Amino acid sequence: MFSTGFFARFHYPVLKSTVAPPSTSLIDLPDLRLDNACALLEHDARNSQPQRDESPTEYLQRVIDSLCELSLKDPLTGLGNRRHFLSALERQIETVARSGESVLLLMLDIDHFKSINDTHGHLAGDQVLRTIAHCLARCVRPVDTVARYGGEEFAIILPNCRPLFGLALAERIRRAVAELSVAVSPLLTIQATISIGGAYAPEWVRSTTELWIERADTQLYRAKANGRNQACIDQPQELSVSAEEKGLLFSHLATDNANPFESGQDNVTNRVNA
Amino acid sequence: MNDVLDSAAQNPGAAQVPLRPLGKVLAVTSGKGGVGKTFVSANLAAALAKRGHKVLVLDADLGLANLDVVLNLYPKITLHDVFTGKATLEEAILPAPGGFSVLLAGSGMVEYSRLTSEVRNEFLRVMNSLVPNYDVVILDTGAGISDVVLFAVSLASEVLMVATPEPTSLTDAYATIKVLVGQQQRQTVRVIINQATRPGSGAAITNQLQQVLDRFVVAGLNQPIRLIHMGDIPVDPEVRQAIMRRQLMMQATPGCPAGMALTQIARNLEESVIPRPA
Repeated sequence: MFSTGFFARFHYPVLKSTVAPPSTSLIDLPDLRLDNACALLEHDARNSQPQRDESPTEYLQRVIDSLCELSLKDPLTGLGNRRHFLSALERQIETVARSGESVLLLMLDIDHFKSINDTHGHLAGDQVLRTIAHCLARCVRPVDTVARYGGEEFAIILPNCRPLFGLALAERIRRAVAELSVAVSPLLTIQATISIGGAYAPEWVRSTTELWIERADTQLYRAKANGRNQACIDQPQELSVSAEEKGLLFSHLATDNANPFESGQDNVTNRVNA
Repeated sequence: MNDVLDSAAQNPGAAQVPLRPLGKVLAVTSGKGGVGKTFVSANLAAALAKRGHKVLVLDADLGLANLDVVLNLYPKITLHDVFTGKATLEEAILPAPGGFSVLLAGSGMVEYSRLTSEVRNEFLRVMNSLVPNYDVVILDTGAGISDVVLFAVSLASEVLMVATPEPTSLTDAYATIKVLVGQQQRQTVRVIINQATRPGSGAAITNQLQQVLDRFVVAGLNQPIRLIHMGDIPVDPEVRQAIMRRQLMMQATPGCPAGMALTQIARNLEESVIPRPA
């Protein structure tokens, strides 16, 4: 779920190693305590032990990188967590402010998730969360960010997504989830649906993550209120005038052309039509 | 599910906007830039002041408006100093030519072009202390529909939409009206057509806008939207002259066609939204 580009943006402080030959013991930093970090990494099924061919710097770098990755990941689903999501959203706002690119934010919420938990137990609920998370990750492009926002709520950031495609895309995701059967046990499969709310970042404007999420949430609320298992998108504001609307708007100009610009006193008037 | 309901109900942004304007707050806005928002704000303020109203114009574009240029005022103390706590509100309010007061933003305000909760709260605080002291507060907002513009407009009791008869201006005005209706549940928008080329063309344009709104926007809502044509400001060489000379048109040549049109718009506002001065 993590693109390498994201991590490349971080500049890790380089711990200067004065010892030239690679060593498996950290002789320079005798007070360094990595036990907790190693336990965390082991828990996530990662190799936390120094490797034979690794210098102390390389080893520490690897531990720090792994910890950073862990701190941005949701342990249950493997998706980005809320911290990862917010920093990605913040970066998109900067991009939009400079480039005017259209970026879509989707907020997704599993319908009646509480009753799944209550009826089938929390393990079944977790299974539903994991299966839907994988499905969402499969539905989008590598440049998109899929994250678990919290509880049964997910978020997807889609850079460079044309306003024309927003609703169709959200619908495709909604359908993909609705078609899932979550095999909880050999005898039980659960079908779950999601509601989706989406909002585009206002183009050329440096908005805030709060306002953007608020607008997507409003649409999600609309989708819920309209009966769930549907997608509602707040269309971008600047592009919201269709060709049809424009045609009707400008029909007065045609008549203006028929009576070209009138010169003389009649043209300059103080008559006001209230 | 409950999370969604709660977060929408508590709506962190909207919770900050309980302001009910006590006096009349008019937001002058436009979809497109360069259609004469600031010209209308300043000269309408002068026209209202001449008729006995106590008027203040606030640069709600937070430093990006050309209000200082139009009024030829470059003060040391601005709204920026008020926001940063370096000066009191009273110190930043200036008398403008034309008999009204003005609160300029100052160039430092560009950093406030991002609507943070801090900017919201400062803005609200300033508005709450201003509004009771004036008959009319005019917000000269920015072009477009940025967060700051929409927030400033949300504080106004009336929206004055300035447009020219050009297609781009009309498209942007229409798009802005749609946003105001959709996001702020505005039911009335007042239209001023600037640089009108023919008598009656403004009314026709407003009528046209109304028809398109009725057909494409109102159909999806359960409330009507009413556009009210407040008047036309004709193309007038005196306007250009005043701008080039850095003079306020209402002060230099109030009797010119554009000046008389603005006086008429002030009169129309008195009849509809502003109580006549005592």
